[in-house]
Formats: sequence, C-alpha cells, structure tokens
Amino acid sequence: MKVSIFVTCLVDQLWTSIGVSSVEVLRRVGCEVEFDQRQTCCAQPAFNTGYLKEAREVAERFIKIYEESDAEVIVSPSGSCTAMVRHYPQLFADDPQWLPRAKAIAARTHELSSFLIRVLKIEDVGASWTGRLTWHDACHGLRDLNLKDEPRTLIRNVRGAEFVELEHADACCGFGGTFSVKYPEISVAILDQKIDAIERAGVEAVVSGDASCLIQIGGRLSRQGSKVRVMHLAELLSQRSDG
Amino acid sequence: MNHLSSETFRENAKAALADTQLRGALKNATSLFGERRKQAAASLPNWEALRSQARAIKDEALSQLDRYLEEFVRNAESRGAKIHWARDSAEANAIICRLASDYNARVIVKSKSMTTEETHLNQALEAAGMQVVETDLGEYIIQLADEPPSHIIAPAIHKTRGQIAELFTAELGMPPTDDIGQLTGTARTTLRNRFATADLGISGVNFAIAETGTIVIIENEGNIRLTTSLPRVHIAVMGIEKVIPRFADLDVFLKLLPRSGTGQQLTTYQSFITGTKRNAADEGPDEVHILLLDNGRSRMLAHPVTRQSLACIRCGACLNACPVYQQVGGHAYGSVYPGPIGAVITPQLMGIQKTSQLPYASSLCGACREVCPVKIDIPRLLLHLRAEISPRKGSLAERLAFKFWAKVMTSPALYRMSAVAGRVVQRFVPISRAWTSGRDLRPIESKSFHELWTNE
Repeated sequence: MKVSIFVTCLVDQLWTSIGVSSVEVLRRVGCEVEFDQRQTCCAQPAFNTGYLKEAREVAERFIKIYEESDAEVIVSPSGSCTAMVRHYPQLFADDPQWLPRAKAIAARTHELSSFLIRVLKIEDVGASWTGRLTWHDACHGLRDLNLKDEPRTLIRNVRGAEFVELEHADACCGFGGTFSVKYPEISVAILDQKIDAIERAGVEAVVSGDASCLIQIGGRLSRQGSKVRVMHLAELLSQRSDG
Repeated sequence: MNHLSSETFRENAKAALADTQLRGALKNATSLFGERRKQAAASLPNWEALRSQARAIKDEALSQLDRYLEEFVRNAESRGAKIHWARDSAEANAIICRLASDYNARVIVKSKSMTTEETHLNQALEAAGMQVVETDLGEYIIQLADEPPSHIIAPAIHKTRGQIAELFTAELGMPPTDDIGQLTGTARTTLRNRFATADLGISGVNFAIAETGTIVIIENEGNIRLTTSLPRVHIAVMGIEKVIPRFADLDVFLKLLPRSGTGQQLTTYQSFITGTKRNAADEGPDEVHILLLDNGRSRMLAHPVTRQSLACIRCGACLNACPVYQQVGGHAYGSVYPGPIGAVITPQLMGIQKTSQLPYASSLCGACREVCPVKIDIPRLLLHLRAEISPRKGSLAERLAFKFWAKVMTSPALYRMSAVAGRVVQRFVPISRAWTSGRDLRPIESKSFHELWTNE
C-alpha cells in the first residue's frame, strides 16, 4: 500500500528518529512510503488556542498538499496530530467549499498503530527489544481516536520486551500544548503524578504514541536525573535484535 | 477566600499548589469519588446506552424548552404551587427577599443549591436582615468558614478533618476534637434547632417534570426533606434548564446522577414535591413557591454549539476526573461553578470580560467528556470559547505570534529558515522560562527530518 507520511512539525524539528523509525516500520510491513517536502504543521497549536483563522490557513494548505498525493493513506506517528486532522470537518463546518475536502482528508489520515492494526491487520511487526517497559496513553490518541488496545497489542508482540501497565496510564501528562507554558506550574504538578507512577513501575523505558507527551515526560525525568528513558512507539517497533 | 476572582486564575492556582493540606484533601477526595464512580458505572451493563438516552431526553427538553416550561408551570400551578420567573440574579434575589419579608421570616433554613450560590442569595437575604442557615453539612461548614463552595456536590472537599474541627471549636464553641461522630453530632444538634424554629425553607431542584409539575430533589443527609417539609413556606429555586418532559424520564437520570456524583446506586433520600399539601392536616408546608431563573441560560440555549452546556445535571464527575481540578481545587477558578464544566458555564453566565482565563485552564485531555453522564463535549465547548476570546482578548504578542506562525507554516521556505534560526537562537537564549522552570528542553535536531529525507 502506498503511504504518505506526515511526520509532524515536532518530529521534524525535535525528534527526527521517530520519523525515521516510522518509515522503517512501514517499509518493513510492505508499504511504499512517500514524504511530501512541503509539509509543515497540522494547525493544532492555533486551533487549540482559539486562533481559528490562522488554523484554517494552515489546515487548507495541509489539505491541498495531500489532495495531490496518490497515496491511499496519510499516516502520522502522532495521535494528537491525527486527531487534529480528523477535526478538520469541525474547523470547516460553515464552509461548503472546504468541508467535503476536509472530510476526505480526515478519512484518509491514520495514526501509526491504528493504521498497522485496523487497516493492515498486522499485530506483529517483527520487533525485538530487551527490557521492562510501560505505556502512557496520550489523551488525543486514547479519547479522540479510541486507541487503547492497538498500541498494547503491538508492544506485547515485541520480542524480549516485558510490558507492565502503568498506574493511571490514561491520566493526562499535563502537556496540553500552549497549556504547558500558559500554566507551567499546573502542567508540572500534573506531570509529577505521571512521573511518580512511572518511577513506581520500575521500568527502563516509558513508551507513548505522541512526541509531545514524551517531550513533557522526558523533560521532567531528565531534570530529576531519572534513569528511565522515553521512547516513541515507532522507535520501539523499529528495533531489531540483529541491530 | 471569598474575594478570589476568575481574572486571576493563574495566581489563585499557584497559591493552591503551594497549599499541601489542600492538595492532600483534593487528592483523597477526587480519587475516591473517581474510583467509586468507575465501579458504579461498571455495575450497570448498559451505562453507555443510558448516557445516550439521558442526553437525548435533555436535547428533547432543550429543543422545546418553552413548551415544556409552560407545561410544567401549568401542572405545578394546578396543584397549588406559585410560580415566579426571574431574568437574572438581582431579580431572583429581589423576589425571594420580598417573599421572605411578606412571610415575616426571621430564620431561613437552606439546603444546598448551586443556583442560589450563583445568585448570591445568602448575601442578599442577610443584607435584608434575615438569618440564613445552610443545612447541608459541607455547605454549613463553608458557611461557618465564610467561604464559597469548592465543588459542585462536595462544597467543603478542600477541608481536612482537622481544619473542620478547629472551625467548629472557634465558631460553635465545642471542645477540641477530631472525632467525626462528635463533629457531625454537634452540627446535627445545632441544625435541628434551626429547623425547628425556621419560618422559611429554601431549596434547589434537580429535576422538574413537565408532565406532572413535580420537582425532584435528591440528597443523603435528610436536610432537604426537613427544609422542604418543616417550615410553613418552601421556596424552590431552579434554572430553567432543569425541566424534563415526562415522569418516566426520571428513571435514567436517577440511575446516572448518584453513580456519577458519589458512586452511589441511589441517594438516601429522593424528595418528590408536587404543589402543596391536599389536606390541611397533612404534613408539609402551607405554601410552595417555585422560582424559575434564566440568568444567561436562554442566551446559551440560542447558540447551537453552547446549547449542550445546559444539559449538565451538576453531578461533579468532570471535576473529579479533571487533572487541573485535582491539582488546584475549586477556589482557584474564582467562580461559583469550578472545574471543566465551570470553565464552560461561568464565562457564558457572567460574560467573558472577567472570566477569560477559565477556558484555558484545561489541557484538553478529554477526561471530563469521558465521565460526563450526559455526554457534554466539554473540550469542544472550551475550544469554542477560546475561539471567541483569543482573537479579542489575547495579548498582542500572542496574536502576532500566531499570525507569524501561520505565515511560517504555510511557506516551506520560511519554515526551513525559521528552523535554522531556531537552532542558532537556542544556543544563546533560554527559549522559554515557562517551560524550563520545571522541565529540560529537548534540543532542536541538527538536521530536520526534511533534510534527512533529502539526503537519503
């Protein structure tokens, strides 16, 4: 299947190995992967902060770019950005010209774990990683895309990985986009609940489906000198025992 | 505490975060309520269907609110209740003060009512020289402490047992103890005396049934039953959104509300009041008044997106589930209705001028929507309010930043340039102190994914 990958602006600028790993996993399961060099952002920062005019400008451009692609699906290693694209019809609800286009793009866009399991019906991507790890449910993946079992299924099939459930795995990490800098004290107070749970789990790595949560969680773990590392699901799935 | 305002949510929140007693009390209470709610919901096989059914009933009532209100009023009046309409808080308080004075009421007992908190009725009655006694234990505690409620169903949720003991010693003169039995016993004895002498009882309303003209009020302490039956006059205060079409509709709400609020299968008391008593010899008040309050609700009703805010049945589940509320508690919101639903309702009731920080007091995690028994899409409503507030009230710097951001994000050339600039800038300037005060900043990659792809 031909896939156009939307890596997201965060991955592009701050965490490229998530993009690299996603491409590797998609190719391993037989997809042809294209990357449109014109891609930037899904428009979520403006949408969530209440700047709809700016959000529409960026979303229109996203729609235009991917309309030109002959790839059957757009896949993104982010539940949050995928959920944003799924919200495009809401953003263009009053615009008869853009609404059908928004709907078409929303229907073609999938988060990585959801694409592997729901579309390709692949539960084991042949990954191996040795160690004890846990999973943090990123809010938008969990509650907007209903991704609960999908990432867990993929993780359980990683050879050598010992998966433990995180206490309150579905609790927010406190990131929330601009919330994290508008209310940094509250954001970190919420985050500390997550950090405590991660430390109690006694794991080597905490895995999640969104770079944003991992930047938040990782930023605190590193500030506190924790040994636990943060890892994106795509990075985990790209690991092979033969290197 | 009384003077907290929602204009200063950020400062209020910071103060709350520094209060270890408050945070301990909040953590215990919200996790206990949350856990009980989860178990109670799981005890019913058809929880999701019930939620949809409840929402459908609310939508039906709201879509023909005028018709159902008229039906309710007609039926309540035919059974002897007297109806009053109030456009806003001032009108509501004036009507109630006038009634109280007509009946020559000196002591007024009140059961917990968020609607009368919304109108600040107690202050109005006290200003008119009347003694008002809150009879719900939590509400009684905060009345003694001269504080507003910090939770929709558990008004004193922010207080520890020790703090309540100190308060009772100071205000009621009881010997120092933190024995729960003695504390509640003292409150009970004090309140029983007030019930016996009260001239007027004021309550809220959970549901108003159009078909029969009945008001339904649920509780655990028995104080509502006493408030509405002992004094010779009862005034019930309700927002106009409380009406439901049929008696049979109650079934689903009486399943959802206690389970969502406290995790109970059923509250200890359900009072059904249909007008006045039939025979003079029967128990109950001689007169029943029902006050229907608008106070901004018809404005919410008029808008297709915000209308769903009126479906709220005030269970408080979204507060317990909210990561922000769990950390800062209700007072930080500086408004009568705290938490996620408060951040939605308050700006709509009071206007955005003084409440504009509230819709941003959320990480948009969606936990509130997940637990809401009537499926209110609170994150969507928060986004709707943000879109009304940001372009008008956002700082100039923020508005310009988003304009610039949109330019960058719609131009591949600018996007590449700004990425390179970012790499340079981060070497010399701490990017954002708001971020780095508590967290390390992940450095910008030396090569973007765009560059890696080109090189491949």
